[in-house]
Amino acid sequence: MPLRLPLILVSCFGLFMLLQFFWQATFLDQAYGEVLDWVQIIYLFTLWVGAVHLIKLHLKKSQQKKKEAFYSWVTLAGIFSMLGFGLIGGKEQGSLFSWIFDNVQVPLQATMFSLLAFFVASAAYRGFRARSREALVLLLVAGLVMLGRVPIGNLISEWIPDLANWILNFPSMAARRGILIGIGLGSVATALRIIFGVERTYLGR
Amino acid sequence: MGLSALRVDLLLSFNTSRLNVLVALLICAALVFYFIRQGKKRKGLFLRPISGLSAIEEAVGRATEMGRAVLYTTGLGKMERVATLASMNILGNLARKVASYGTPLIIPCYDPVVMAVAQEVVRESFAKEGKPDAYREENIYFVTQSQFGYAAAVDGIMTREKPAANLFLGTFEAESLILAETGNSIGAIQIAGTDSTIQLAFFIVACDYTLIGEELFAASGYLSRDPLVTGSIKAQDWLKVVIVILIVLGVVFSTLNLDFLSELLSVK
Repeated sequence: MPLRLPLILVSCFGLFMLLQFFWQATFLDQAYGEVLDWVQIIYLFTLWVGAVHLIKLHLKKSQQKKKEAFYSWVTLAGIFSMLGFGLIGGKEQGSLFSWIFDNVQVPLQATMFSLLAFFVASAAYRGFRARSREALVLLLVAGLVMLGRVPIGNLISEWIPDLANWILNFPSMAARRGILIGIGLGSVATALRIIFGVERTYLGR
Repeated sequence: MGLSALRVDLLLSFNTSRLNVLVALLICAALVFYFIRQGKKRKGLFLRPISGLSAIEEAVGRATEMGRAVLYTTGLGKMERVATLASMNILGNLARKVASYGTPLIIPCYDPVVMAVAQEVVRESFAKEGKPDAYREENIYFVTQSQFGYAAAVDGIMTREKPAANLFLGTFEAESLILAETGNSIGAIQIAGTDSTIQLAFFIVACDYTLIGEELFAASGYLSRDPLVTGSIKAQDWLKVVIVILIVLGVVFSTLNLDFLSELLSVK
């Protein structure tokens, strides 16, 4: 019974989602809306579970005599100070919570995103090393596509942007669609296995 | 509303513009169940070797020899995404290997529901291997719901813990290359797989092995050798044959200026 109940729930909700996709009835639309609302409600509770787990973990780590304990203190200070500022001063524009979010959180995220430029450069350097015939083809095609995307490509020759577009729209698109068909079929087969209880590994079985 | 009225309401409210999708789904389901039965009868079907999945054993072995951890992430996907479910199926098999070798397994999670499921999957795998005491719940934890905050946290874990193997299997977005390049810089063996064709390119460049397209979804059957699951993977191959035939027919009919096939298959 402990295993059967989650399997029955998964099957019922999976089949319900299929049903409401193919049929347009008022009661199905209402039930669908209800299900989505309940997903949000359950999700809010699980956020608490995650946050409490995180706090417990860092409380434990902060007590250890390791140099990493400092990071746990920073994490705990961040969680509790933001919680305090939010509860006391609110989250409206101009509040301390909002100020910290705009001036600490957002720049930190922007910094991480900016790092991507350097990572793209190092990955491109490794990826484009012409160590084999295939890598040489990749290097030439990538060079051509990049040239076609910047004004200097058009200055060199008018056909460079056209060729770059042709590469993106035909050979590249064909390869992408091939992968997408595989992903689509894989998704459908996995979903069917889960709905009908064939696949149970996600339940730990 | 009476039962008969409900039946009439359902019959009347069928969305006929999606009839082609329903027919395609029924064909998929029929083929999947036929091959599941075949798999049961023939006790497993042949699956071509997938290097990325064969490398999981190597990655765990390497981590064990080096006395370091294995880092596993499902990315930004929530539990309702099929890629996350496929990732959980791989995690179950990986956790059994990790448990048998006694190697630490670290799983930082972006989503608290994924965290709870991952904990359950790993706990059960350790129990199946007869090592429930070796399970460490504190190694599977929720980090943050900020995309780049998550990337920063996982990068930090990589540089501090120096895992010998990194597995990125699930849904990834712009943070994919940040994670994979950091993993590359610490010399970890890296296996990745995602359902995003854009991020696949980054993983191919930065990782040692990449599961492309349906390989991510086939992983569960490949690793477990469960005849029921391998049967459904065989069905995927036959469905691909059907799609190729339809594409060829579509090309021929379109060249002859006959649009009925493309209209029949279009989704409204």
